[in-house]
Amino acid sequence: MAEMNIIQAVNDALRVEMERDERVIVMGEDVGRFGGVFRATQGLQERFGPDRVFDTPLAEAGIVGTAIGMALHGLRPVPEIQFADYIYPAFDQIVNELAKYRYRSGGQYTCPVVIRAPYGGGVRGGHYHSQSPEAYFVHTAGLKVVIPSNPYDAKGLLISAIRDDDPVMFFEPKRMYRAAKGEVPEGEYSIPLGQAARVREGDQCTVLAYGAMLHTARDAVDLAAAKGIGCDLIDLRTLLPFDIEAILTSVKKTGRVVIVHEAPRTCGFGAELSATISEKALLHLEAPILRITGFDTPFPYTWERAYLPDAERVLAGIEETVAF
Amino acid sequence: MKAAVAVEEKLVRVLGDGGRVDQGKDPGLADRDLLTLYRTMLLNRLVDERMFRLQRQGRIAFYIGSAGEEAAIIGAAFALEDRDWVVPCYREFGAAYLRGFPLRDFFCQVFGNADDLIRGRQMPVHIASPRLHLLSVSSPVGTQIPHAVGLAMAARIRKLKEVTLVFFGEGATSEGDFHVSMNFAGVFKAPCVFLCRNNQWAISVPGTKQTAAESIDIKARAYGFEGIRVDGNDVLAVYTTTRKAVEKARSGGGPTLIEAFTYRQGPHSTSDDPRSYRGEEEVEEWKKKDPIARFRQYLEARKLWDEDRDMTLARELNDQILSTLKEVENIGPPPPETAVEDVYAEIPWHLREQREEIIRRAARQRQSWPR
Repeated sequence: MAEMNIIQAVNDALRVEMERDERVIVMGEDVGRFGGVFRATQGLQERFGPDRVFDTPLAEAGIVGTAIGMALHGLRPVPEIQFADYIYPAFDQIVNELAKYRYRSGGQYTCPVVIRAPYGGGVRGGHYHSQSPEAYFVHTAGLKVVIPSNPYDAKGLLISAIRDDDPVMFFEPKRMYRAAKGEVPEGEYSIPLGQAARVREGDQCTVLAYGAMLHTARDAVDLAAAKGIGCDLIDLRTLLPFDIEAILTSVKKTGRVVIVHEAPRTCGFGAELSATISEKALLHLEAPILRITGFDTPFPYTWERAYLPDAERVLAGIEETVAF
Repeated sequence: MKAAVAVEEKLVRVLGDGGRVDQGKDPGLADRDLLTLYRTMLLNRLVDERMFRLQRQGRIAFYIGSAGEEAAIIGAAFALEDRDWVVPCYREFGAAYLRGFPLRDFFCQVFGNADDLIRGRQMPVHIASPRLHLLSVSSPVGTQIPHAVGLAMAARIRKLKEVTLVFFGEGATSEGDFHVSMNFAGVFKAPCVFLCRNNQWAISVPGTKQTAAESIDIKARAYGFEGIRVDGNDVLAVYTTTRKAVEKARSGGGPTLIEAFTYRQGPHSTSDDPRSYRGEEEVEEWKKKDPIARFRQYLEARKLWDEDRDMTLARELNDQILSTLKEVENIGPPPPETAVEDVYAEIPWHLREQREEIIRRAARQRQSWPR
């Protein structure tokens, strides 16, 4: 096995799937000759040619809109949106068209498009290179939403997403692109969508996180363990559909829940998790479900450290919940 | 209207006054083809009339028709081969029918009943058929245009000689999706034909409020390909022009924008009343240029048609419409729990839960749910 970072793992997944299935194509701004501004598609055009890996005009609605047409023709496009912050011009195409095509055609058509987009803060990128827009898409019937936290998952989940017959939003934690490293098997393997992973085991509190915040939450859980507080840490990996069984099994054991994400709090994905847990496991709860999230502000430039949850904030949340 | 009159002079036109045709311009279609075109246009008109009546009687919720635009829709679709693709807006029933979309399937869709191919998921006329290479109709304006370009790009990538024809109105040319699509088509030389039905009214807003340009066709130039303006009430002109554009696309010559200048004779839909925003005289003027009547004059001049045959055909078509309606009107709706199907290929856990909820409620309340 080779050690890879997330970018290399994404690149490897694309390479493996393009070798396996000639219907898979890669498109987007700067993804062709240049190999992507984060280098995630480096070398793919050389390997697979300009018909299967190509640069598009700078228009997100066009990237997604034409990808839909290609998928309806039977291809499996994997368009890249350069930053998740720039996805909104394509919002109508994603929400009203991509997500709805199977349903509105009575299952006659399917739109297997995987939209890759780096998301999240912590890179001194200000409001337009730091957003976490996942909740908009989790709210959209017809989409699946996947956010890996590490290279192994990134490759296995991206392969599953490309093979899936439904459209998938694949958000990559750009802060961890090069920072998260790990062993990644060569060749094909897949991680089923909809399955969470338990990263730490403990029986006093359940901590739910995904993407870049998984690393922050893990640091906090390790600090808590050093203080004698044992936590289950669950990496959700797929947000829609999320792994309800893994969550409820843990919550019924611990009775306490801390949810961590860097997107703003109001109507963030944590709200859905919190509501679902309350509906399904209220009598198992020993404390209010706590959300440690970004604030309800635009993403700040100078004070991103204040905005982003860090291990200290998450640890304080765990202690507060356990002490309730 | 001044600008429109001025540019009307440069419209591509085949059918002249009284059904006369300049010999050099006649596409030379076989008699059988000419009669297919006429029959389809007339059927489209009669279906529309019947559907409006059904809506007024409260038997269907909504309808959106094509009256006045049949030549632009059917003439263009006739220029395609079966392997080609049609990407419809919401007035292209005639194009679908021409390609083999059965009347029965259309009425089942309008009723949203258990035999509806799209399983009661959309408003009337929002059809779809992969078998006929017909994409799914969407209500938002212009969103289908990039899909057409993507289809065409895919055909090129897969080295298939298929051409895509996409329909939209002049209102759609104000949308970003139109411009993005034209740009992509030009850059990728996509084998795509853009057919703008300029029917001059986007609900209540006239074409002069959509664009300051003298016409729609000239917009193609900025995207690096050809635009052509054609008399949209002249089925042979629309056919000939589209045929050339399709052949050009098929042989690698890239996209074409065709502006079919026509007129929406009826309301935008059954929910609209145009009397509050346009004069009857204007409508009457355009009814004199009716595409079906003009084509009939041509057929009569060629001794292919006469009043007797016309009345017989209209009666036949109306009988067919009525008997098909009778056959499907009492088919019930699909079971309510199917509402959670086809969101995904497989039903995920949260929708399985919601399906149970629908089934429980249906057992208790179904009687009170409106049909």
